[in-house]
Amino acid sequence: MIADLFTAQVIIGILASGIRLATPYLYASIGETFGQRSGVLNLGVEGQMLLGAFGAFFVTLTTGNLWLGLLAAVIIGLVMGLLMAFISVTLQAQQGISGIGVYLFGLGLSDLLFQKLVGTVETVSGFRPVHIPFLSDIPVLGEIFFSQNLMVYGAFALVPIAWFVLNKTTLGLKIRAVGENPQAADSLGVSVNRVRYFTVTLGGILASIAGASLSIALLNVFQQNMTSGLGFIAVALVYFGAWRPLGVLAGALLFSLVNALQLWIQVLSIPIPPDFAVMMPYVLTIVALVLTVSRVRPPSALTKVYERGE
Amino acid sequence: MSETQSELLPTGHRRIHKMEMHGITKRFPGVLANDKVDFDVSSGEVHALLGENGAGKSTLMKILYGLYSQNEGDIWLNDEKVSIHSPGDAMRLGIGMIHQHFMLVDSLTVAENVALGLESSRGFLTDLDVVSERILELGEIYGLQVEPDAYIWQLSVGQQQRVEIIKALYRGAALLILDEPTAVLTPQEVDEFFVTMRQMVSDGHALIFISHKLHEVIDICDRVTVLRDGRVEGSRSTKDATKGILAEMMVGRELGLEKDKPDVALGDVQLQVENLKALSNRETPALRGVDFEVYSGEILGLAGVSGNGQRELAEVITGLRPATDGKVFLKGQDVSQASPGQIMESGMAYIPEERMRDGMIKEFSVAENLILREHHQQPFSQSGFLNLKTVSTNADTLIESYNVKTPSQETPVKSLSGGNIQKLVLARELSRQPDVLIASQPTRGLDIGATEYVHERLLEQREAGRATLLISEDLDEIMALADRIIVIFEGSIMGEVPRAEATAEKLGLLMAGIAEGEQH
Repeated sequence: MIADLFTAQVIIGILASGIRLATPYLYASIGETFGQRSGVLNLGVEGQMLLGAFGAFFVTLTTGNLWLGLLAAVIIGLVMGLLMAFISVTLQAQQGISGIGVYLFGLGLSDLLFQKLVGTVETVSGFRPVHIPFLSDIPVLGEIFFSQNLMVYGAFALVPIAWFVLNKTTLGLKIRAVGENPQAADSLGVSVNRVRYFTVTLGGILASIAGASLSIALLNVFQQNMTSGLGFIAVALVYFGAWRPLGVLAGALLFSLVNALQLWIQVLSIPIPPDFAVMMPYVLTIVALVLTVSRVRPPSALTKVYERGE
Repeated sequence: MSETQSELLPTGHRRIHKMEMHGITKRFPGVLANDKVDFDVSSGEVHALLGENGAGKSTLMKILYGLYSQNEGDIWLNDEKVSIHSPGDAMRLGIGMIHQHFMLVDSLTVAENVALGLESSRGFLTDLDVVSERILELGEIYGLQVEPDAYIWQLSVGQQQRVEIIKALYRGAALLILDEPTAVLTPQEVDEFFVTMRQMVSDGHALIFISHKLHEVIDICDRVTVLRDGRVEGSRSTKDATKGILAEMMVGRELGLEKDKPDVALGDVQLQVENLKALSNRETPALRGVDFEVYSGEILGLAGVSGNGQRELAEVITGLRPATDGKVFLKGQDVSQASPGQIMESGMAYIPEERMRDGMIKEFSVAENLILREHHQQPFSQSGFLNLKTVSTNADTLIESYNVKTPSQETPVKSLSGGNIQKLVLARELSRQPDVLIASQPTRGLDIGATEYVHERLLEQREAGRATLLISEDLDEIMALADRIIVIFEGSIMGEVPRAEATAEKLGLLMAGIAEGEQH
């Protein structure tokens, strides 16, 4: 039974689904990375994901067009990101609490809309695997990396893009400066609020897309609270990845592989109680955070409201 | 040289021939911070702005730099009226500011700090190589050597200040506002800084120098304007100014600038520190084997540039930070393993460096803060209940005898001025009649009047035969109060100098880590 896990086919299966399951983590965590590098902790990711998941699912269900569904997620993310930015930047609310508010809002509203507009379990036909010519023919690797759907490729493409933006552009320099020392940035004519509005809104859009990747690319259904804590893990992954896109990628892969493993454990009916299997990613979150977080320094201005003057 | 060339500074930017502020008034809720202030500065001169804390210097300069907007009054540049709404506006007009607390991002490099907020020659991509080249160029012209690729956290305070100046010059500053630029420098660094200032002045920059160090104002400035309570108290050439006159203008009354210290017979060793080692918050060695002792009836001054282990030393002695090695003896008793509470009860008092963070609970009332130390003991409490009547009488007595200005004893401490908060700390700590006092930066951020008060109280301790360790970055303060002076550098004591032999130069070299044998 346990030996079933070690056949080539199963290992390839675990790795391929691990790559696929990293998708929502990556969108959400990379978006959160931008926000946190500029000094804003958005704990509302989970709520933004749920609304994005529902919006994309509902539009796809009614129009049959996946791209319209994705566009709906982008618009919802934009609105929810602006909301979070308004609360935490303009109204200067405590970020830990306001994020939880946004989460509960997203949780409740997505369920309400689902009950009113859909009501029953429906499925959509989501993004299909796109086999990349030649690369997907490579044995083993082709199946693991190059036979995924577009949203998976998009998530992985986001990592080097985020790295580039943060480290090689004037915008990235502003984001890093605002997150470390907003007074200094302000004194040089960088608008702290504008930068934070940008990063938090971008984070909202990416969180919403992360939700869409669940409902129209990976699972192709919507159900109440379908993210089940994934958005919070995404926030933890930013800490785990030490606020760097590559670190976030490593964390996302670790978690999604463990997730894939536990799914396969259930599929193969390996005699580990399923409750324990399901617990694995969450236990890993705590262990990983304890091991890593104390050693890296977060952006100095993280969670601190910026007000000009002493 | 043609007419247009003399218009330009060596940086290639235009001069500001004259900047004038007319009738500037700025109101904050309940406070008139600036009241019809006139101020001006011209190309090729240094104009000092002098005044106590809260006199309105910073407000006036923040208006000029666009951080605040004035309620009344105008600003004129080269006879043209301008409106400045943001630091961006100020920079475009050629006004730069070196803030007292450096506006640098520690985790970024020098070049990144300079490039921040500037248009890049490569559009949305950064052009750090271009910026680095220009930094080296400017460094060459003004004698400001810095490594463009170094991270800010790797630089000394003096080097960080150079980065600040380069940042302003890079942005074309023709007029520079220098907000207490020498406060954090060693005497040698101050000399170097003055060389740079003189270079800038002779090149045609206009400089505004904010300070409360009177001898520096007289040394380096051409003119001085004194603010008091938001109004211009007077303006004159430094040629006909003396320290006495300026101090009087600032405070509004005569001050005894030099303290007379009666001789006090030394008693026993009260505090002894042996081979003390400790780590900083970053887990790097902060103290590398410190030895000294303090006798009753003396003030031992610990001089040094900020961040050389002073904070850790005070915390280890008071039990707030564990020592990794070595011992602390209080009146002959080993207290290295004792808790802060036990140490305080054995007769130590502590004036912490950060009075708002470690000295007071700022949301608590004056009366509550005054019993923080002894709230659990007689007479302030009995079987777990506070005796509010004694708490209140205690507050009244201390407010009276320490001359604290507070609306009432119920007032939250955060709404008092820095000087009055420090008086409360002194009242709480000294009223317990400690044998040993650790005073960490006791006058940092206080104005002349409050500083004078603190100094008098410290000297009283000395006369009462108590032992005081005075940790200060202000050399003038150490020289005025201490009987012996030890200097700390990177966690080690560089040397001991008796007061009579101490000079700023001698201490400055020790503060820079140059031991006596190496001095020539």
